[in-house]
Amino acid sequence: MTENEILLDVRDLKMHFPMGGGFLKSKKSYIYAVDGVNFQIRKGETLGLVGESGCGKSTTARAVAQLHKPTGGQVLLKGQDLTKLRPSELVVARKNMQMVFQDPYASLNPRMTSGDIIAEPMRIYQRRGVLSMTKKETEERVEQLMEKVGLSRFFKNRYPHEFSGGQRQRIGIARALALRPELMLCDEPVSALDVSIQAQILNLFKDLQNEFGLTYLFIAHDLAVIQYISTRVAVMYLGLVAEISGSADLYKKPLHPYTQALLSAAPIPDPKIEQERKRIILTGDVPSPDKQRVGCNFYDRCWKRMDKCAKAVPQLKEIEENHQVACFLYHDEGK
Amino acid sequence: MTDDVILQVKGLRTYFSTDEGIVKAVDGVSFDLRKGETLGIVGESGSGKSVTNLSVINMIPSPPGRIAGGEVLFMGRDMLKIPAREIREIRGNKISMVFQDPMTSLNPFLRVSTQMIETLVLHQGLDKKAAKEKAIEMLKLAGIPAPEKRIDQYPHQFSGGMRQRVMIAMSLSCNPEILIADEPTSALDVTIQAQILELMKEMTARLGTAVILITHSLGVVAGMCDTLCVMYAGRVVERGPTGAVFEDPKHPYTQGLIKSVPRLDKASSDRLFSIRGQPPNVIDLPDCCPFYPRCDKAKDICKRKYPPATESGPGRSVSCWLYAEAR
Repeated sequence: MTENEILLDVRDLKMHFPMGGGFLKSKKSYIYAVDGVNFQIRKGETLGLVGESGCGKSTTARAVAQLHKPTGGQVLLKGQDLTKLRPSELVVARKNMQMVFQDPYASLNPRMTSGDIIAEPMRIYQRRGVLSMTKKETEERVEQLMEKVGLSRFFKNRYPHEFSGGQRQRIGIARALALRPELMLCDEPVSALDVSIQAQILNLFKDLQNEFGLTYLFIAHDLAVIQYISTRVAVMYLGLVAEISGSADLYKKPLHPYTQALLSAAPIPDPKIEQERKRIILTGDVPSPDKQRVGCNFYDRCWKRMDKCAKAVPQLKEIEENHQVACFLYHDEGK
Repeated sequence: MTDDVILQVKGLRTYFSTDEGIVKAVDGVSFDLRKGETLGIVGESGSGKSVTNLSVINMIPSPPGRIAGGEVLFMGRDMLKIPAREIREIRGNKISMVFQDPMTSLNPFLRVSTQMIETLVLHQGLDKKAAKEKAIEMLKLAGIPAPEKRIDQYPHQFSGGMRQRVMIAMSLSCNPEILIADEPTSALDVTIQAQILELMKEMTARLGTAVILITHSLGVVAGMCDTLCVMYAGRVVERGPTGAVFEDPKHPYTQGLIKSVPRLDKASSDRLFSIRGQPPNVIDLPDCCPFYPRCDKAKDICKRKYPPATESGPGRSVSCWLYAEAR
């Protein structure tokens, strides 16, 4: 496994959703959910994606998986641009990229047994002639997968409602692993779980990564979870990446004012630290992404804003090795 | 110190009858709340946090629920025995509530002003004009910009954080003795959560209101609460001053819970500590320690009998056989 091989390269990804408009209104409006996102994921690493609700984390993951056809930009998986593929080619390419969803109640078909749920991806690819496996091999694979994710294989004839939330998430993970993908897109996979179960599932993700050399794009809104699981972290705000850096670095030395505020707002489970902490309390709410701004997206809430920030959008720029930030404070010409 | 106690919950039991059996949602919960104190109740989903507090204000839907035993003494009177008519004068007035989802707890058909004025007219005996002035003042305290205008808007015209501010303003408008906040920030983003918690802290300190804060987040408890109760399967397994409990947790469940949360301020270690297994089903739970199947220190007696609450330090108690035996 070479360290620097780039598995996923997302370039200027844009995802705009049309709103209203139509018959009588002449002008259509858009929600600019993702508006020019750039990042790369190297093989074997975990890129954490954090941000508040509505910042475009999930849309990014879905656009990467081509569940939404992106409005613009490129998604290169092992050098192959997924946005340009024909549907039949996309099916083959997707085999290498699987998703785990947030809600373990909504993402499993209640009428299928857990065994069938895990076998389904394999059966679909067999039908399409991409994968050749006998029935017996499929069954064995299902049992192996169940044991790998910590479920007894005797549970394979049970239905999702017979499992707890944590166990359902294990089924979802086994299903994602079924096609032996290199990349897993995990959209808030632990957010719906209780603390003690969350720890079990996070450990499972780490164990599977070590065993199979998996690469994760891991979305969460909990900063502590992201720090724990990620090699590098990308912070998103209103459809753009504000900062990307190594996870330890980001927490020690956040550069973007939004990252600083986000980190200071996250509670730490230690009363001593909590009492002494100084918080940066942001004013106002996250604005709606219904218009494209002339200046920095964070301008309205930023406590370090300058005149310049209202006039131009700061680009993501490498400040130090492995640390990129989109803020004029750190752009030389900004001062 | 006992003079300061404004709410005393003793051996509270709340059961729900279901087709599968009796769910002992709350099974012998006791705690005290002092004037001006902030008490945190932490636990995982289904541990009985919310049911405990609904029982305190006697709002358990019956059937299927019923309060099977215990006492809730509020200023010397048992809330469970007060007739319905009188309890309405306490609810929303002396004890008020803030719920998790501010959209479902505000009436979408009524202007914020109507909802706030109703409370004030009913409980404080103000006339409409004075009530509106008071409501505007409360919204201003809660940090809502241009309250004179916003007060005549409908709930859907407010963002999630703003709605929660409205709820807090409304619940504190009658100067309650106790504010019960049930996961007030769980539906909000981190930066908004920080705003709301700061607001709650500031306003309750100013008014001298005691707070019961229900949450699943240990981080929120650490920052907000003077004392805390840890609940597991309908019981309080440990309680005490927040600082002491975090520093030296006694119950194996509390220890596990604190260790299993990833921490921002500490570089990630290789593996997180995790409590094995899952929370128990609370239907027809036998009289044993509900945590023993997941406990590394479980002994024989844990399977047979529920441990009594044992004193484990100043103002602290723990329900675990590890400590009960020493006596």
